[in-house]
Amino acid sequence: MALLDIKDLRVQFRTNDGVVNAVNGITLSLERGGALGIVGESGSGKSQLAFAVMGLLAKNGRATGSVSFDGQEILNAPPSVINRVRANKIGMIFQDPMTSLNSYMRVSDQMMEVLLHHKGMSKDQAAKECVRMLDAVKIPDAAGRFRLYPHEFSGGMRQRVMIAMALLCKPDLLIADEPTTALDVTVQAQIMQLLGDLRHDFGMATILITHDLGVVAGFCDEVMVMYGGQVMEKSPVDPVFAAPSHPYTRGLLHALPRVDQEGEELASIPGTPPNMMRAPKGCPFAPRCEFEIDRCTVALDPLTEFAPGRFRACNRPVEELA
Amino acid sequence: MFSYIIKRLVVAIPTLLVLMVLSFLLMHAAPGGPFTYEKKLPPEVLANLNAKYGLDQPLWRQMVSYVWGIIAHFDFGPSFVYKDRDVNEIIAQGFPVTLYYGSIAFVVAVVTGVTLGVVAAVRQNSLIDYFAVGLSIGAQVLPNFVMAPVLVLVFALWLGWLPAGGWEGGEISHVILPVIALATSYMASIARITRSSMLEVLTSNHVRTARAKGLPEHKVILRHALKPSLIPVISYLGPAFVAMITGSVVVDSFFSTGGIGKAFVDSALNRDYAVMMGITLLVGVLTIIFNLLVDILYAWIDPKIRY
Repeated sequence: MALLDIKDLRVQFRTNDGVVNAVNGITLSLERGGALGIVGESGSGKSQLAFAVMGLLAKNGRATGSVSFDGQEILNAPPSVINRVRANKIGMIFQDPMTSLNSYMRVSDQMMEVLLHHKGMSKDQAAKECVRMLDAVKIPDAAGRFRLYPHEFSGGMRQRVMIAMALLCKPDLLIADEPTTALDVTVQAQIMQLLGDLRHDFGMATILITHDLGVVAGFCDEVMVMYGGQVMEKSPVDPVFAAPSHPYTRGLLHALPRVDQEGEELASIPGTPPNMMRAPKGCPFAPRCEFEIDRCTVALDPLTEFAPGRFRACNRPVEELA
Repeated sequence: MFSYIIKRLVVAIPTLLVLMVLSFLLMHAAPGGPFTYEKKLPPEVLANLNAKYGLDQPLWRQMVSYVWGIIAHFDFGPSFVYKDRDVNEIIAQGFPVTLYYGSIAFVVAVVTGVTLGVVAAVRQNSLIDYFAVGLSIGAQVLPNFVMAPVLVLVFALWLGWLPAGGWEGGEISHVILPVIALATSYMASIARITRSSMLEVLTSNHVRTARAKGLPEHKVILRHALKPSLIPVISYLGPAFVAMITGSVVVDSFFSTGGIGKAFVDSALNRDYAVMMGITLLVGVLTIIFNLLVDILYAWIDPKIRY
């Protein structure tokens, strides 16, 4: 049985201007210990997918479909169910470490409450365990800085604190929502290195949400490319980089700066992401796609396996994408 | 922190001087004086009275001797209207009354206001929310000169549970109606500020983190959302507390509590210069002190603020 099994997940937001369709029918499964990268540009629905799994959607959001974790249905589950899963079974780290910690509370209190709540530890036990975890995420002088406030840490150190906090209960799954987006490049590399090491040590499954294909290449076994709230391509990592099967994935890879392309202007995908207020009938990427045919604006072939373990949703066969 | 407090207190001195000079000048610029009656006094009598109270002196000299009296003897001068009472006595008599029921009203307003605001925010767009918002709008638009008579009508005349007025040394049954009349509109403001601030905090990232920890909702609210959402409430509370303990003219007059709020308005109507100045300065000093306390409270709540 897969650790996480998501079936036809849809997320809608009711706004004053109308209904926004953020996630439009995502199906995926993740085995224990696996690492899945979810890639897409801003507004592709990748973060909302994660929030839906954790039951953290904004008040005006509504999720439908099914999310089963370790055999238990957790989508729209009552607090008594979902609160036993959060942090305890699924840890989550967020994009912005500056605002995701509570700046009014000492790091010690923020971390310890997780263990006090889920593991029923004594305060001394919890404190010891927290310091050990801060050591594990390589915060220098962890014991001495344990009782500081978040603003007394740098951005990279705060993200380490977030990671330590998410791993306290040794969860089976870690969801990292753009964990390095708000950090500068050298710190990004350190944090990804750390996440890789921790994944190795703790053996937890990981979902890494990012818009950085490079990060996915180094970290994940499998990658899912999202656009307009739908899956465009899903595949083991290596073949995607060697031979992307979807025009959108190609565009993304072209837009990566390369060391051997000095002096050339960076390629970009023309156009802008779709307005999710009017969910497109056909392929959401059609207006920006260089391989668009008439059918693309009215219908999109479902996700199909075209090579072992590789899936794509595109009206044009791979061979036609020259 | 300590040097910050000293600095703030030193700055308070010129502030108070400016307040004093301005109110002194404004008061004397208004037509009429303490001895202007409907029936004109004979000029000799008026001259004698003015001489007795020093009103025949040039304005700057009156001001200097007034300030000197305060600094040298802590004497705020005699009342111009009540022959054998001075300002110190009038304040010493009225201020404890308003301080007493004002403080109780303050606690009532803060506790009910914050509770109402938090509950409304947590249950946004529910019946409880509509009730809380409706109640606070109602309480705010209902002036206390309407509120006070209605309270007396219902609780004193119809139900006969509580006395219609008087003070009796602050006996509890005499305190209840003034407290309700005074607290209501402040409670409404506090509830509204708390609600909107809490609504904003509830969408912030650190609250999402708290939820991701699997904490039950009441812990998310009380441990993670309440403190930051109280910041705007606290900046409102400083001036509000001063306004409440220095009394409300409507409440004082209507319930005949003998509080300082009534004395203040009477002094303005009677051109009782010294009493008016005395109470103005009292309000000024209290305002400075409580604004300072609010700033200290900020530092206590928000660890990022250090003076």
